[in-house]
Amino acid sequence: MENSVKEKIENLINESEVMLFMKGTPEMPQCGFSAAVVGVLNHLGVNYKTSNVLQDEEIREGIKEYSDWPTIPQLYVKNEFVGGCDIIREMHENGELTSFFEEKNIKTN
Amino acid sequence: MPMQANEIKDLILETFPDAKIKIDDLRGDGDHYAAYIETSSFKGLSKVKQHQMVYKALKGKMGYDLHALALNTSEPK
Repeated sequence: MENSVKEKIENLINESEVMLFMKGTPEMPQCGFSAAVVGVLNHLGVNYKTSNVLQDEEIREGIKEYSDWPTIPQLYVKNEFVGGCDIIREMHENGELTSFFEEKNIKTN
Repeated sequence: MPMQANEIKDLILETFPDAKIKIDDLRGDGDHYAAYIETSSFKGLSKVKQHQMVYKALKGKMGYDLHALALNTSEPK
C-alpha cells in the first residue's frame, strides 16, 4: 500500500474514537451490512464518525489491506479494529459490545 | 461469478480439515450465504482472528466472487 493511502487511513482512524468505514452515509447507507452497523451504533447512542468508502477508491481498497479484512463495513474504536458486520451484530446481541464500549470509556445510552 | 455452497465448504475444509461446517444459501441466489464453522483451530483466538483465518482459507474470493458470506465461527465445546 502506498504510504499516502496509509496515512490517509490512519488520519481517519485518529479522527474519532469510534470510526466506521462504510458504504454510504448513516442517513443514506448504500449497503445492508453498513446499515446494520449504523443501526447498532445509533441504538447504543455512541458518538461516531463515518468515512464513505464509495467516495474514495483508495480508501475502499486500502482499508481492506490495512485491516487485513476483505469487506466493508469496518469499525475502529480507539485505533483498534473491532470487526465487520457479523462481529458487531454478534457482540451487540450477546451484550459484549456495551461492555466493550464501557471498557474503552466510551459513553453509551 | 457466484460460488456454489460446496465450493465454499471445500475451501474451508482444505484449511480446517476437522471443521464442522454448515452453509445456508440465504436467498437461494448463490450469492448470499451464511456459514457456521466450528473447529479446534479457533481455540483461544478473537473473533477477528477467526474470521481472518476463514477469509484466508477462501483465498481472496471474499468481497469479490463472494459478495455476501455471513460468518459464525466457534470452537468445539
